[in-house]
Amino acid sequence: MKWDLLFQLLVNGLIVGMLYGVVAMCFVLIYKSTQVVNFAQGEFLVLGAWVCLALVTNMQLPFFLAFIFTLVFMAAFGIIVQTVILRPLIGEPIISVIMVTIGLSIFMQSLMNWIFGNDAKRFPDVFGTSDIVSIGGLNVEVAYLLSLVLSIIIMGVFFWFFRFTRHGLAMRATAFDQQIAQSLGISVKQTFAMAWAISAVVSGVAGIVIGIVNSVSNSLAFVGIKVFPAVILGGLDSIVGAVVGGIIIGVLENMAEYVDGQWLKIGNLYTIAPFYVLIIILMIKPYGLFGTKDIERI
Amino acid sequence: MGHVPNPRPAGDFRTSYIDDNRLFKTHFEARAAIFIVLALIVAAPFVGTYWLTQLILIGIYAIGAIGLNILVGTTGQISLGHGAFFGFGAFASAWLATSFNVPTLVSMPAAALMTTAVGMIFGIPAARIKGLYLAIATLASQFILQDFFARADWFSGGVYGALADRPDIFGYVLDTDLKYFYLVLFWVVVSVFGVTNLLRSRDGRALVAVRDHYLSAEVMGVNLTKYRVLSFGISSFFAGLAGALFGHYLEYVSVEGFTILLSIQFLAMIIIGGLGSVYGSILGAAFILLLPQAMESITSVMALVFPAMESGKAYVKQMSIGAAIILFLIFEPEGLVHRWQQIRASWKLFPFSR
Repeated sequence: MKWDLLFQLLVNGLIVGMLYGVVAMCFVLIYKSTQVVNFAQGEFLVLGAWVCLALVTNMQLPFFLAFIFTLVFMAAFGIIVQTVILRPLIGEPIISVIMVTIGLSIFMQSLMNWIFGNDAKRFPDVFGTSDIVSIGGLNVEVAYLLSLVLSIIIMGVFFWFFRFTRHGLAMRATAFDQQIAQSLGISVKQTFAMAWAISAVVSGVAGIVIGIVNSVSNSLAFVGIKVFPAVILGGLDSIVGAVVGGIIIGVLENMAEYVDGQWLKIGNLYTIAPFYVLIIILMIKPYGLFGTKDIERI
Repeated sequence: MGHVPNPRPAGDFRTSYIDDNRLFKTHFEARAAIFIVLALIVAAPFVGTYWLTQLILIGIYAIGAIGLNILVGTTGQISLGHGAFFGFGAFASAWLATSFNVPTLVSMPAAALMTTAVGMIFGIPAARIKGLYLAIATLASQFILQDFFARADWFSGGVYGALADRPDIFGYVLDTDLKYFYLVLFWVVVSVFGVTNLLRSRDGRALVAVRDHYLSAEVMGVNLTKYRVLSFGISSFFAGLAGALFGHYLEYVSVEGFTILLSIQFLAMIIIGGLGSVYGSILGAAFILLLPQAMESITSVMALVFPAMESGKAYVKQMSIGAAIILFLIFEPEGLVHRWQQIRASWKLFPFSR
């Protein structure tokens, strides 16, 4: 046993898991309030990262300004996607809604490939992020610490928004029952648009963070697929579940890597392990750890 | 125009259940089907290599799409792993033919049966979950199978892929595209007949009942678990058959060929063609296969005016598929078949069709 390696992977898993948790939260937000499963979540994330990178490198904007512009852009993008593509599909069967987001995802993927190219590009070193600090004998990159802090801040803001603001309350009401919410004067259309906008913005932030930690490339969209094991584990309609599921999947991935590297030696186990877990959870506990059970009455 | 429920010619009344269950709903339909098949047989030698290749590929994808349509259109389940099952069929047939010297005539259906077994294993979650959760479970099966292809050297040749010889029928090798086309056409006809027949049988009606209202179906005595898993099996059977035909056509099966994108393309075929329609699956397969090529020629023409378009050819092809899915779902959610029915209805009901 290599305890230091194990511990290092555990910390890595925790940090990556927090990011998964953030993306999973965006996913759950859309599902909970608009009953749409967004297969394009990963592309949202990549879009945010690319836009920010393009603003920083091509337009020579300072990072802070580029960041703000990206957030504005992502909010507008989320609203446009919701109104143009998803609003006509309200009331359509679930397969249509799933397929439209899948169509959106392959459309965005190839469009971004075209515009931004296939190569991975690095962010200019804005925060001295490649420095390494030692915490308790562990070497951690500043970028990872930054992403950890940012994830916690995002989660805190989410909590605050849903708990203490009027719009958050409206959104929870809509998620609970659309008709009742509408009868109480909440604009369901606006709430839907807002859910997509928030989700796109937060995915964009996550994309920028991951872009700073690694580098920006279209393969980052795979995070959008990794989110599925996380949300199923946590329960599709639970925001707390999304965070917990994300962390568990992140840690599990790195543990699989450890087991694979130390004993099994089959290689590449960490990309596939979450999906085995996913199948097992679906068989024994389909509504996840925190999800609401779908009780049907005849 | 309001909804026109597939009008029949005047005087075509159905007075018995046997009438209502015929393989072809109208005489016209039967004649048209026979005519199209005969026309294809006669015309195949004269269409040129490009169109022959297209016809073969359309036929192969159509078989896969027909299979997926049973699962999605008829039973109301969702599968995001159809491309992986298609790939499994391709590898299984190549594996049987090269490792055990099974004649290709046998190895193709055998591969289809093996894929059926795999499909039913991955369909087991369908016994408990449905809708969205099922979609995600099949997404996992896509990645697990893809990982298996890359890992199982004994089965798929790992990263090197597998070689698959052109099939032979008792020593008569189908070495040209033309001969292969007839083989594909044969299997397409068999699949269309098989599925149309299935849909008018007791089992087919049970599948439709599961889709329309599964609680009522269960109350009526339809075994939900059995039919859900069975529909996965049937759809995988056709995926496996199509995959085997695909592998032996290209004579080489690559690990990279069966990604999630292929599964999405299969779903796009049945959505664009029309959910639950056998003929729609064929139309959809043709549409999805020809659309990127049409887009490529369009971009080539546009590149003369805007040179920047030249670099985007490959991307425009893929974007067109995504755009087609979105546009069809928004503007024509019932697919090409519905569009065709509307055109026919407006002819038949001419002065009153608007």
